[in-house]
Amino acid sequence: MTVRPDSARSPSFSGMGVGGFQPKALSRWRRLDHMWLLLIGAIALVALLYFGLPQRFGPIFRFIWGTFTEGDGVFMTLKLTVISFIFILLVGMVMGVFRVTSNPVLQWISSLYVEIVRGVPVLVWLLWIYFGLPGLLQLKIPDFTAAVIAFTFAYGAYMTEIFRAGIQSIAKGQMEAARSLGMSYIQAMRYIILPQAVRVILPPVSNEFVTLLKDSSLVSILGLADLTRRGREWVGRTFTSFDTYAAVAITYLILTLFFTRLSTAVERRLAVEKR
Amino acid sequence: MADNIIEIKNVHKWFGRIHALNDVNLNVRRGEVVVIIGPSGSGKSTLLRCINHLETVNSGHILVDGVDLTAKTTDINAVRAEIGMVFQQFNLFPHLSVLENICLAQRVVRKRDQAAAEKKAYELLERVGIPEKAHAFPGQLSGGQQQRVAIARALAMDPKIMLFDEPTSALDPEMIKEVLDVMLDLAQTGMTMACVTHEMGFARAAARRIIFMDAGQVIEDTTPHDLFASPKNERTRQFLSKILAH
Ligand SMILES: Nc1ncnc2c1ncn2[C@@H]1O[C@H](COP(=O)(O)OP(=O)(O)OP(=O)(O)O)[C@@H](O)[C@H]1O
Ligand SMILES: [Mg+2]
Repeated sequence: MTVRPDSARSPSFSGMGVGGFQPKALSRWRRLDHMWLLLIGAIALVALLYFGLPQRFGPIFRFIWGTFTEGDGVFMTLKLTVISFIFILLVGMVMGVFRVTSNPVLQWISSLYVEIVRGVPVLVWLLWIYFGLPGLLQLKIPDFTAAVIAFTFAYGAYMTEIFRAGIQSIAKGQMEAARSLGMSYIQAMRYIILPQAVRVILPPVSNEFVTLLKDSSLVSILGLADLTRRGREWVGRTFTSFDTYAAVAITYLILTLFFTRLSTAVERRLAVEKR
Repeated sequence: MADNIIEIKNVHKWFGRIHALNDVNLNVRRGEVVVIIGPSGSGKSTLLRCINHLETVNSGHILVDGVDLTAKTTDINAVRAEIGMVFQQFNLFPHLSVLENICLAQRVVRKRDQAAAEKKAYELLERVGIPEKAHAFPGQLSGGQQQRVAIARALAMDPKIMLFDEPTSALDPEMIKEVLDVMLDLAQTGMTMACVTHEMGFARAAARRIIFMDAGQVIEDTTPHDLFASPKNERTRQFLSKILAH
């Protein structure tokens, strides 16, 4: 789809953008600046600590961030979050569609899954799947894979609810129009309902991503060398709890602020495209 | 017999305790334009929606071009591709451009390639009088323009039958004519049409047959001239006096 130049100038659409009037547009830019400023401020603070107090903070940051080649620290956190999230989206989409079909068996499977998963803390699922599943299946599951399975299972339920709500927010007439043209249910879902639902659910979905990014720190208990785990290890060696956990915290903050900004940018782009 | 493209036999439809269609029998011949009128809740929409299986009947049979919709072996998607439907609320796909609205089902249902689909789309946009809107999105069009796109979208499938459910009743008065003109043009090309509408001017000009429904039943089935001149049924008379009073 192409972005029309006239609509790019006034990104007002169905509650997503703000009207094209000058004062409102201005306040929108100011709000945007706030959020970017926070991100820039956080990055500046890290730079200040890193270069201003190199003896005190340099080793901490280097250790907790890890390296790309080792895949530890920040890289582990990101890898775990992104890979889990892809599977979470798939599960959410399939289960969300199950929930709105007219097939009672599929509906039942989906709602049972959601109700059960939501009633147990994520950490407990994580422990149970991580330690329990390999024993049950009598095979060695790599730590990372076990963590991805656990997060997919636990977060898939929340994503199912998001997809369900998104699909149900699309007017019934859309499905009827698609079906009346001879499209199958799956074609109508794929070409008509889901593309519209995705625009609606983008804010809660990106919210889920940020939550997952933070919750991924739970794997530090399991022994995966993610950002939090690296922080704990550093504290164990140096007893610099205050400095180290401050460095861990600000690193998470930078990541989450970055992804929040990114999703806002995507949302605005989609709002413009839709016109 | 073979000339009946739609055959409705003893159809009953219930919504819970509401008897929406009560033993409806109706045949529509190839090329015939039928206008359906009746008070709100009389089952007009339900009847149209049963013809393309958006609603399933509780008993009776509906045959479209000889194919029984109620038979288990019927490929309902294939039947629907032959039946165009135009809705009161247009139901255009808001995330797709006008061109894509018209091309999508051609590609995924009729398996035409993009070039052939676009060619067809431009022809139809020309026919409904808005070729310049091909790259607009539905939200940028007036109601009348949207409804004309919806008609073009349905026609792109080369349907044998077109169903219209109050196509002009969500429109501002100044836009009604542009949509009725398209429908009238369509009627003159020999399309089989079933139209729920209270536009009596259209009924007189386009239809040789008009059906009056009340409480889920077909009460009268006659020509527009005869219906207006000498309605046989008291309920028809009351209804006509209401809508013609406007
Ligand atoms: N999905 C549904 N669920 C329950 N009842 C329904 C449903 N659709 C229609 N009905 C009921 O069936 C009856 C016939 O409705 P229908 O929409 O066919 O009437 P109509 O003649 O098209 O009326 P209108 O002129 O208001 O569009 C009404 O009593 C209506 O309330
Ligand atoms: Mg109706």
